[in-house]
Amino acid sequence: MGTHTQEHTSHTGLIWKVFGILSVVTIVEVILGILKPASLHLTTILGTSPLNIIFLVLTLVKAYYITWFFMHMADESKSLRRAVVWTAVFLIIYLATLLLIEGSYINDVLSPLVKWSY
Amino acid sequence: MEATIATDSTGTSWGGGNNNPLGASYGKMMMWFFILSDALTFSAFLGAYGLMRFKFIESWPIADEVFTHFPFLHGVHAPMYYVALMTFVLIFSSVTMVLAVDAGHQMKKGKVTFYMLLTIIGGFIFLGSQAWEWKNFIGGSYGAVELNDGKIVQFVDASGHQIELEKFAVSSHSDRTQLTRDKGVWFMNESSLPPFSVEEVMAGFKANPDISIRLEKIDPVTKTKTIVPRAEAMTYLNETKAVVKGANLQVNEYGKPLFADFFFFITGFHGFHVFSGVIINIIIFFNVIIGTYERRGHYEMVEKVGLYWHFVDLVWVFVFTFFYLV
Repeated sequence: MGTHTQEHTSHTGLIWKVFGILSVVTIVEVILGILKPASLHLTTILGTSPLNIIFLVLTLVKAYYITWFFMHMADESKSLRRAVVWTAVFLIIYLATLLLIEGSYINDVLSPLVKWSY
Repeated sequence: MEATIATDSTGTSWGGGNNNPLGASYGKMMMWFFILSDALTFSAFLGAYGLMRFKFIESWPIADEVFTHFPFLHGVHAPMYYVALMTFVLIFSSVTMVLAVDAGHQMKKGKVTFYMLLTIIGGFIFLGSQAWEWKNFIGGSYGAVELNDGKIVQFVDASGHQIELEKFAVSSHSDRTQLTRDKGVWFMNESSLPPFSVEEVMAGFKANPDISIRLEKIDPVTKTKTIVPRAEAMTYLNETKAVVKGANLQVNEYGKPLFADFFFFITGFHGFHVFSGVIINIIIFFNVIIGTYERRGHYEMVEKVGLYWHFVDLVWVFVFTFFYLV
């Protein structure tokens, strides 16, 4: 699509639709965060609670809508989109994986040494 | 620029001439790559937060118990509501920003001005909200004591709910003067005195048989902080070093000081981004008013500052998740 400085059509309908989606997702997150249903909060799946997985997925959904429709990433060229999005996604996943594995390891070593009874 | 870059620039656009790598203008492409690098910076901060949280996974503060204030609802336990409101303020200012960009595409100067103004107001509301959130966190809610090894012990009533120090501590009218620069040696001073002395809290604890204590340690089954029975509480309290109210970079009544450090640093860094975004928005706003972009023939500058503003919103989405939700 390239640059779209010559566009004259209005996208307000799409903008309000995206606002609606972001609002609904945020409201769902807040309701789940306040209620913390025991079946989601106190059980474990993939190393964390299902509730945390839901929060992460909903966050990525919001990030997608903000980037694609508010920042107009959908209208940029495929090459720019890939240069920005793939770089960020790869490096962030890489960094987060290493740091969280390391944190978990430190916890394994440290927590038996922490005294909780006096 | 023409001297150093081999292009057939006509002088109508600044930098890069008529080359359009990746199909974007110079300014827009560079804004995207700035945003990419800034995103990695924020990822590093949030990743470091994650590392420390995993390190202290069994004793990290529970956000629902930390951020419980809401304006005009004093004393009401309202977790999440305030930060949800802040999130909406920022999402809505993103909407007005993208509406300004949209109006710019249609060369509607009046609409761009109006939506830019709304965006700036939204930014100021968010900054004010953030300041209020900091104020509550710094001021604290219940107060706690710190043990010799740095652990935080909080006080709970018979129902297991946290209780404020003021509710039980015995005021002994003892004099403990604040150490100020003029009294200290070698530039020693202290910022403020805790509301009660250790002796006053201990005397109050002994006088109220219903009160017990709560440790930082999280029970993995119920995911709540461990409450110690009254009979065993004194073995912990004998180790008391100081009374803590609120949070700063050294102590934190809610638990690990690291939690406060990361909170101040990450929300502060984000808040600084919001602040600079508001400043840039104001500059662009006045440029719109005086007709700079009307003369230039396009409103791409609004689009570029819009990219930055949406990025600030994007970061907040992640800060919201990692500090308040998970």
